[in-house]
Amino acid sequence: MSIGTGTDLGGTGLSGIGVGGTGPAAQAAGSLPPPVTGPVRARRLHLPRSPKIIAGLAMLAVFLILAIVGPLLAPYNPSASSSTTNGVPQPPSAAHWLGTTQIQQDVFSQLLAGGRSTILVAFLSGLVATVLSVLVGVSAGYLQGRWMDDVLSMLANFFLVMPALPLLIVIFGFLPASGGSNDVLIGLIIAITGWAWGARVLRAQTLSLRARDYVESARIIGERGWRVIGFEILPNLLPIVASSFLFTVLYGVGTYTALAFLGLVNPVHWSWGAMLFWAQSSDAELSGYWWWYIPPGLAVAFLGTSLALLNFGIDEFINPRLRAAGLTRRRAKQAGGQGLPRRFELGLTPVVRVAANGATAGTAMTDRTQEQPS
Amino acid sequence: MRLIARRLLFYFFTAIAAVTVDFFIPRLMPGNPVESVLAHLQGTVTPATIRSLELQYGLNSPQGLWGQYMTFWVHLVHGNLGLSTSYYPSPVTSVIRGALPWTLGLVGVATIISFVLGTLLGIVIAWRRGTWLDNLLPATTFFQAAPYFFVAFIALDIFATRLGWFPTGRAYNQLDFPALSTSYVGDVLYHAILPAGTIVLCSAAGWIVGMRNVMVTTMDEDYVLVAQAKGLAKRRVIWYAARNAILPSVSGFSLAIGFVVSGALLTEIVFSYPGLGWILLQAVGARDYPLLQGIFLIITFAVLIANLAADFVYVFLDPRTRQEA
Repeated sequence: MSIGTGTDLGGTGLSGIGVGGTGPAAQAAGSLPPPVTGPVRARRLHLPRSPKIIAGLAMLAVFLILAIVGPLLAPYNPSASSSTTNGVPQPPSAAHWLGTTQIQQDVFSQLLAGGRSTILVAFLSGLVATVLSVLVGVSAGYLQGRWMDDVLSMLANFFLVMPALPLLIVIFGFLPASGGSNDVLIGLIIAITGWAWGARVLRAQTLSLRARDYVESARIIGERGWRVIGFEILPNLLPIVASSFLFTVLYGVGTYTALAFLGLVNPVHWSWGAMLFWAQSSDAELSGYWWWYIPPGLAVAFLGTSLALLNFGIDEFINPRLRAAGLTRRRAKQAGGQGLPRRFELGLTPVVRVAANGATAGTAMTDRTQEQPS
Repeated sequence: MRLIARRLLFYFFTAIAAVTVDFFIPRLMPGNPVESVLAHLQGTVTPATIRSLELQYGLNSPQGLWGQYMTFWVHLVHGNLGLSTSYYPSPVTSVIRGALPWTLGLVGVATIISFVLGTLLGIVIAWRRGTWLDNLLPATTFFQAAPYFFVAFIALDIFATRLGWFPTGRAYNQLDFPALSTSYVGDVLYHAILPAGTIVLCSAAGWIVGMRNVMVTTMDEDYVLVAQAKGLAKRRVIWYAARNAILPSVSGFSLAIGFVVSGALLTEIVFSYPGLGWILLQAVGARDYPLLQGIFLIITFAVLIANLAADFVYVFLDPRTRQEA
C-alpha cells in the first residue's frame, strides 16, 4: 500500500487513503505506534512527500495570510491619491514600494488590498462549484441508467461546451452596478459556470466504484443509498474531489480577474483584476509603466501556480506513473541503487522507496510485488 | 455514425438552450436595461433608439413573454440581432461581421499551432521521462495559471514598446488599403505574430501536460512493450503509443476551446486587435446590450461548431466508435 503499488486510478492508489490504508502502511512505518488512526496516518505519510505539494501548499499559505491581513498592512488607502497635480505614474521609490498609478495611488497598497477580494471570490466559487459537482456527479453516477442520470449528464455537458466567459459577460453586463461589488454574489455566479467538469469526472469515477465488490456487498447487506454513497463511495472519491476543488478555484481566480479586467466588476472595488483594468485603460503597457501591471499579474499567476502545483501533486498521488521525482539520477544515487538503468523506458514504473526511519535505504523497484530490502 | 448523430442532436439542443439563455438573461436580471442605457448615454439618444431598445426588451409590448420569445427566434432565423446602441444605427450583425473574421483567423491558427506544438512536446517530455525535460512541467504550470492578457501585457511592453520589433496593436497598418496584395497580407501576418504567439504560449501548456500524462500511462501498456521487444524502430514505437494517447486530448477539446476563446478575446483587447474581443470591450463600456448578446450567441455557435469538428476527428481517429454503428 505504499507509494509505488498503485497502478490504476481506482486501484490501490485510491484505497490507500480511504479504506485499506491500515496494515501495510503501518508495516512500512516500522517503529511507529500501533495504527489506531490508520487511514489518517496513511494520508499524512503519503501526501506531503512530493516537493510539488510542499511548494504549492507553502505558496498558497502565503496567499491566504495575505488575504486575511493584507488590507490591514496596506500603508496607504488604495483609492487615495497622494498628489492631485502629478499625472504621471511614479516608478518604485522608498515612499511607494511599487510606484504609483496615474492618479498617484499607491500600487503596493492596491496589491495588498486587492488580494482579499480575489482570493475570497476564487475560494467561494471553488467551494460552491465543488459541492454542486459532487451532488450532480455522484448522484448521476450512482443512478446510472435512470432518467435522472441522463438529465444530470446532459446538464453537465451543456455547461461544459458553453463558453463560460461570454456567458458571464452577458450576466454581469446586465447586473445592476450595486451587484458588481458584492464578492459573495460574484463568487456564486462564477460557480454556476465552473462545476461541470468536476461533475463529469466524478460521475465517471462513481460508475467505476459502484461496480466494486465492497460497494456491492454494502448494498446487499441492505445499506441505504445515502449511506452507501456517503460512507463507501465518497471517501474514495476524495482525491478527485480535492483536485476538482483546486481546479475550480484556479478557474475562479482567472475568471474573476478577467471580469474585473473588462470593467464588469465595479473597478473601485479593489482586486487584482481591477488593478489590471486601470493599468490597461491608462495604456500602462504601451508607456512602460511595468510596476503598475506586473505586480497584480504576477500575483494572479503565482496564486494559480500554487493551485496547479497542488493539483499536480494530487494527480501523481492518484496515478503514481506520472511521478518523475523518483526517477532522477540524483535521487537514484541517494537511494544507493547501483543497478538502476540510465533511463527507464517502457512497461516499468520504477519507484525509489524511502524507508520510514528517515534514511533513504530504498532501491528501485521494477516489480510491484517485491519486498523492500532494508 | 450513431455517435455523430447523437452529438449533432446534443449540439442542436445546446444551441437552442444558448439562445433561450440569451433571451431570458436581460428579462430576469433586476433593473431595466433600457433605463440603464439611457442613464449611460445621458441624453444623447434619439427617441428612435429608445423605441428600438424597448421593442428588443419587450417593454411596453403588447406581446406576452412567449410571444416575445417566438419573435426573438423569428428575428434570429432572419439574421436579425437588433440594432447596436453604440454603433447606432448599425445592426448588431454587421458590427459582428466586421470583427468575426479577425477573431476566427487569430484563434483558429493559434489553436491549431498550440495543439500540434503542445502535443508533440508532451510526447517528447513523456518519452524522456526522468531527464531535465521534466523541469519544463512546472514552467508550463506558470503559463497555464497566468492570465492570457497579462502575458500579452508583458509581450507588448518588451517586444513592441521597448524593442520595437513588432507593432503595438491593430491588425494591419492603418495607412494600408485593405486589398489582397502581398504587402497587405504580409502586414496582417506581421501584426498577428505577437497576439498569436501569446495565445500559443498560454494555451500550449494545457496540451503539453495532458498529452504527457496520458502518454506516460500508455507507455506502460503491453502492446508498446511488445512493439519495442520486437525491435521496431524507436520512432514507430513512439508513434504507436502517441496514436493511442492522443484520444483524450481530442475528446478534451471542448473544455479547452472555451478557455482558449475566452483568453483570446482578452488578448485582442490588449493588442487593440479589431476582433470580437475588442468590440466586446466597447460594448461593455457603452452598455450596448444588444451587441453583448449578439457576441455571446456568435461565440457560442462558433464553439459548438469547433466541438462538432473535434467529434468528427475523434470518430475518424478511434475505430471503436465506428464499430458500434
